[in-house]
Amino acid sequence: MNSTESNNSNILAPTKRLRQRYRAEKWFKRLGLSAIALSLAFIAFLFFTIFSDGYTAFRQTYIQLDVHFTAEEFAQEKLANADYPGLVKEAMSTMFPEVTGRQEKRQLYSLISPAAAYKLQEMVEANPKIIGTTQKVWVLADDDVDMLMKGKIDRNLVESNRRISDNQLAWIDSMIEEQRLEKRFNKTFFTTGDSREPELAGILGAAKGSFLTLLITLSLSFPIGVASAVYLEEFAPENKWTDLIEININNLAAVPSIIFGLLGLAIFINFWGFPRSTPLVGGLVLTLMTLPTIIIAGRASLKSVPPSIREAALGVGASKMQTVTHHVLPLAMPGMLTGTIIGMAQALGETAPLLMIGMVAFIVDVPAGITDPSAVLPVQIYLWADSPERGFTEKTAAAIMILLTFLIAMNSLAVFLRKKFEIKW
Amino acid sequence: MKVKSILAAGALTLALTAPAMAARDYISIVGSSTVYPFATVVAEQFGKTSGSKTPKIESTGSGGGFKLFCGGVGVNFADITNASRAIKSTEMKTCADNGVADIIEVKIGYDGIVLANSKDAKLLELTRKDIFLALAKDVPDPANPGKLIANPYKTWKEVNSSLPDTKIEVLGPPPTSGTRDAFVELAMENGAKSFDFIKDMKATDKKEYKKICHTVREDGAYVEAGENDNLIVQKLQANPNALGIFGFSFLDQNADVVQGSIIEGKEPTFEGIAEGAYPVSRPLFFYVKKAHVDVIPGMKGYLTEFTSEKAWGEDGYLADKGMIPMPKEERKMFSENVASLKTMEMK
Repeated sequence: MNSTESNNSNILAPTKRLRQRYRAEKWFKRLGLSAIALSLAFIAFLFFTIFSDGYTAFRQTYIQLDVHFTAEEFAQEKLANADYPGLVKEAMSTMFPEVTGRQEKRQLYSLISPAAAYKLQEMVEANPKIIGTTQKVWVLADDDVDMLMKGKIDRNLVESNRRISDNQLAWIDSMIEEQRLEKRFNKTFFTTGDSREPELAGILGAAKGSFLTLLITLSLSFPIGVASAVYLEEFAPENKWTDLIEININNLAAVPSIIFGLLGLAIFINFWGFPRSTPLVGGLVLTLMTLPTIIIAGRASLKSVPPSIREAALGVGASKMQTVTHHVLPLAMPGMLTGTIIGMAQALGETAPLLMIGMVAFIVDVPAGITDPSAVLPVQIYLWADSPERGFTEKTAAAIMILLTFLIAMNSLAVFLRKKFEIKW
Repeated sequence: MKVKSILAAGALTLALTAPAMAARDYISIVGSSTVYPFATVVAEQFGKTSGSKTPKIESTGSGGGFKLFCGGVGVNFADITNASRAIKSTEMKTCADNGVADIIEVKIGYDGIVLANSKDAKLLELTRKDIFLALAKDVPDPANPGKLIANPYKTWKEVNSSLPDTKIEVLGPPPTSGTRDAFVELAMENGAKSFDFIKDMKATDKKEYKKICHTVREDGAYVEAGENDNLIVQKLQANPNALGIFGFSFLDQNADVVQGSIIEGKEPTFEGIAEGAYPVSRPLFFYVKKAHVDVIPGMKGYLTEFTSEKAWGEDGYLADKGMIPMPKEERKMFSENVASLKTMEMK
């Protein structure tokens, strides 16, 4: 009797206190869930704005011209000396013969990108036989035309408030009717370096700069990082000195990256005399920055290898070195690789230290090697975001998309490696 | 074995990509972020048409540019620095101390600084006095002229009764920017001069005078919006009550969304700035190290391209990008200076 009563009151019937505890737990769960929902919403918002701003950048407006490569133009010795902009202007004039006034002509010619002339030059140099013939050529339209075609310039505004005049609108409309104007896949964006004309600007220079910089960083920081981690964890005696080193490595991981830039400027450029603005110096600076991350991740993964493995190897007569290289290191490698890739991803997104060593610069030529000046992806984003032309807004967003693609790819590789080689003890 | 091969691969990559420390075969340019959009266009045009390598241009600000430029002579130092103000005598001294004795000064054109707001708001008609009263940290006390008080003005109407009754909210560049230097000098200092006692102070206490004229209020009415002028334009669209300070080229490119306030009765237009009628405009320069002209490939070509009529002339491509060209005689003078490599006198 007594026992059932106490059971009822103590365990089965929920007391006030128990209800409170359940309620608290429920709220705690809800709080956690809403935190996750909020952060997901932020990420979704970020991706949405970038994508909606940037997806148009992958298509570009082209205009078809009937260019007559008059033989007289190419009477000079060098093909490069011919008046290619003149050929473009002539083609535009033949398309719209009614345009005569000087001001009007200027407006008409400004519909075509200056890149058109470079394209004609390329064509002639590749195949001089076209001199004397008339060719149909698709050339890039000016960025203002492109913005209009993408709906980023409002046709209904008053003429003075628009970058495209009424005359130009009429010409554009007639070209659309004749199917001489269309949007195509923007190959230029993936095959060229920076430019001050939005329609000509490409990401390849910056992407290659990032690649070369990361190559240097990886090939220096990975072996150095792994070697230091192995020595500190497996061979070093435990004393004041190793404690001091450990503390300093942890401190270095927290140092703001711009400090590494200043250090790089003082040592690599001013003291060693390495050339400014090059992937070589950028890679060295980023090596300094990622080394602590890799050493810490490496030591953590070496620590997680059970001591029994070492003891077993030593027990059957392996030397210390054999134990480490044959057993401990292969088991710790997935963790080390993950740490390295995360360090690399960090280095890929870094601009602050590169500012100091002159990599925030306008560089048109795609770098061919590590001693050519080059920019990197985040720097390119920064530079485009700061350019006055409207066309760069979408290029900026597109460049961010490319950078994010690389980051996501690198992080997924890290996750994949961990999942694939992870051993549960 | 695996580890050894990874280490070997690392060493191999390093060996293959070992730096080739050859002489520099491209031009290195540093300096002002205001001149950057113009210099880059010239550099690109030069690179695409001449077959030489395209010059590398860093945007370091005028002061930072001179520091790098005056560091010394040799391939490790910049060949040209862009500036949105003339070189200071202290900078010239640094240059001379480091062996950079022969410098060619080239003025390239003008840039207007505009105070703009959204097209949705009313166009403002300001005087430089209004600008000084609205933005200075300390202003003359209206009740007791001759004394300075902390800036009490909250709305434009309080500054000048003909202006609208909106809150003073100005987005502008931070103190590190050349645009800010030029703005305080051309707009605020000239506005301050309209008060006689401040004007007199110039002769008696120059330091105090500079402090009064050049100190921008810090109570939230002036917002430092960073060096990104595009950001300012976007913020103006979002907030019709705010005004923004930036270079003319940004007004030119965004004329469909923002309008430049009229200052002293003059609109910030291309013609107005070119004639010198618009009061807040400044010259732009670049400086060339003479010792590098024959050493670095392409230097002469770049200089010729920049000083050609098709670049900096009235119908040139720099004018299309928003730079205000110089009068014809001035262009002629500077292009002759460049052709003959005439150096400036060292003070």
